[in-house]
Amino acid sequence: MENSIKGEQIIQDLLPRKFKTSGRIWVGILVAICLVGVYAYYRQLRYGLVVTNMRDYVSWGIYISNFVFFVAISLVGSLITAVFRLAGVKWGAPLTRIAEMIAVGAIIFASVIIIVDMGSPERFYNLFLYGRIQSPIIWDVIVITTYFFISLLLLYYPLLPDIKILLRFKEKSGPGLHKFYSFLGSFWKGSHKQYLLSKKAINALCVAIIPVAFTIHTVTSWLFATTYRPGWDSTNFGAYFIAGAFLVGAGSVVVAMYIFRTWYHLEKYITPDHFDKMGRVLVLLCLLYLYFNVNEFLTPFFKMKESEAGYLNDLFSGSFALTFWFAILTGIILPIIILLFKSGRKPLPMFIVGIMVVVGAWFKRYLIVTPTLLHPFMPMHDVPQMYKHYFPSWEEWAISMASLAGTMLIITILCRIFPIIPIQETLDEHHETVK
Amino acid sequence: MEPENNSRRDFLLAGLVAAGLATGCNPKKDPFEAGANGVQASGKKVKLLSVDGDVIEVDEAFLKPVPHLPDVSNAEARIGIPGKKFVMVIDLSRCKNLKKCQSACNFAHDLNPGHNWIKVNPMKGAEHTAPYWEPTTCMHCDEPPCVKVCPVDATFKRQDGIVLIDSDRCIGCRFCMAACPYSTRVFNWGEPDLPAAVANQPYSAETSIPQKKGTVGKCDFCADMTRMGMLPHCVSACPNGTFFYGDLNEDSVTNGADTFRFSDLIKDKAGYRLMEDLGTKPSVYYLPPAGRNFPFESGLENDKTQNS
Repeated sequence: MENSIKGEQIIQDLLPRKFKTSGRIWVGILVAICLVGVYAYYRQLRYGLVVTNMRDYVSWGIYISNFVFFVAISLVGSLITAVFRLAGVKWGAPLTRIAEMIAVGAIIFASVIIIVDMGSPERFYNLFLYGRIQSPIIWDVIVITTYFFISLLLLYYPLLPDIKILLRFKEKSGPGLHKFYSFLGSFWKGSHKQYLLSKKAINALCVAIIPVAFTIHTVTSWLFATTYRPGWDSTNFGAYFIAGAFLVGAGSVVVAMYIFRTWYHLEKYITPDHFDKMGRVLVLLCLLYLYFNVNEFLTPFFKMKESEAGYLNDLFSGSFALTFWFAILTGIILPIIILLFKSGRKPLPMFIVGIMVVVGAWFKRYLIVTPTLLHPFMPMHDVPQMYKHYFPSWEEWAISMASLAGTMLIITILCRIFPIIPIQETLDEHHETVK
Repeated sequence: MEPENNSRRDFLLAGLVAAGLATGCNPKKDPFEAGANGVQASGKKVKLLSVDGDVIEVDEAFLKPVPHLPDVSNAEARIGIPGKKFVMVIDLSRCKNLKKCQSACNFAHDLNPGHNWIKVNPMKGAEHTAPYWEPTTCMHCDEPPCVKVCPVDATFKRQDGIVLIDSDRCIGCRFCMAACPYSTRVFNWGEPDLPAAVANQPYSAETSIPQKKGTVGKCDFCADMTRMGMLPHCVSACPNGTFFYGDLNEDSVTNGADTFRFSDLIKDKAGYRLMEDLGTKPSVYYLPPAGRNFPFESGLENDKTQNS
């Protein structure tokens, strides 16, 4: 008897809630940023990519950095959901939904931003009409689409038992949402047969998503590594990108954990123990990423090949030095130092470390794209002066910020509609501990 | 296709006759019949040479300028000229950075300022080596990195060695620009500023005209001139004969004035290609700047207009 009362309490705690004023303001701000981005994109469509500050040398700018960033973040879905699940890591269960929501939001905007970067987006269909399998862009199109659908299913299948619970609270969700819930999951009766089927499907997806996740980010790294350019011509790139991706993804989950925990008062469900464990995961990922960074930079630095010297000097002590060392320190070194201490893995310090990791990672992506392009093999000559520098135009900033805001908007909407923490799983776990 | 009256390419007499005959061959519609196409005969006759070599008389009113349609279809342009393998040799000892190649190229392809397909770089190998001027075109590599990465086959390698771009297909992803180690590719970031007559032409991969917003452009080895058996514009524009162009299968290259056996020229002058170590196998060869015709400094003044 007491047991079911406690169960009802859990359901009440975890049901999605209507936005209060602060939530509405948050959504309003995100929508406003998105609208500015839409206007900037309208200008870009009308006048062409000339509204950006990309030119013939820096032909890829922050759009591509953002693309790499989004693909990187989306990898966390596979880490928390699939890797943890297959490895039998039980404590990760309350974080799976957050991770999948982030993954879906990020992969959607990775696709959006890559279309934004196209000079002739109205010809997007050419990729399907004339696509050639030898181009790494086609590989990217294939694996990103695959990853998107697997991520969506990994969000959807575990939701089914929760939707059954949500359907019980018609007055709370309102008629519109109730209809949506029944559309999504009214077929779910929760029978043993269905349960087994769903478990099987989720397991299969978990196995499938890991190679696909590795592929999306490896292929993304190959967009660079298949060229000859200094700084990109590296056999280390795939592993380096994957390590960085798991790091930034885990960092973003930590940030999201803290925000949801505080905002929705989920202290009972996302505990300091979760932060401590995520801190351990994060420090491991930081060390791994540091290792790949050392690999990526130390050997070229040791040799200082003529073609790479300009690029390396520019990063280490030249015009990109401030950004470079900021990204390394904030994104890798300081998090390692902080997270090695137990008090550094408490919720608030973890939140700050998470932000540091994410911000550092964004700048790291910028440094992967731009400095290389400013150091071509041939001299930058017989071109207008502005071709020799790059700083994004307001349109580029607006569109990039809008893509970030858009991702957060998707996550926000998803957490308004669906429980952030899987209800059924929490209930099951509760019943088990009571028994 | 709307006929335009002011394009400098449109008034070739041959084009007029071709148009007259082409429409004349249509059995259903006789353009020479009075009242056809709503044109009244003026009574004034013009003598023209038909493609068969006969002199024919046509009423002036039936003559109409036709737009310069591409002579070759897109499918033909993708195949190239059978039996040919085009190469270029650039003799660095002859270059004094006059940039006549560049301006001729820009004019011939209706390029906007800043969109130089030919660049003339001041080069210096090392601290104690001599500086020289190095004109660069597209290298028309036999292992073109740009073609490898293009996701939609918009840039392609022809059997005659020329690498071209289909601007009607290019999606503007700029992967080819990142892939090209010679930084030869130029992007149309905005709408190119072109006369309407040029802008409204159907695109031809062999002329690379007209350039289009959101697509990539680059040196095309003047594939249209080559098809007509003529030299690329840069070759004929250089007063110093820096550029040689020819067919590897014929083993001969010419700058218009002098013709050399390609293999002898490369052997005698120790010709080389740029960044051989990358394995791109360029079709453009360079002759080292030995025994120079001009001092390097003579080109400095001309360099300032675009690089200061």
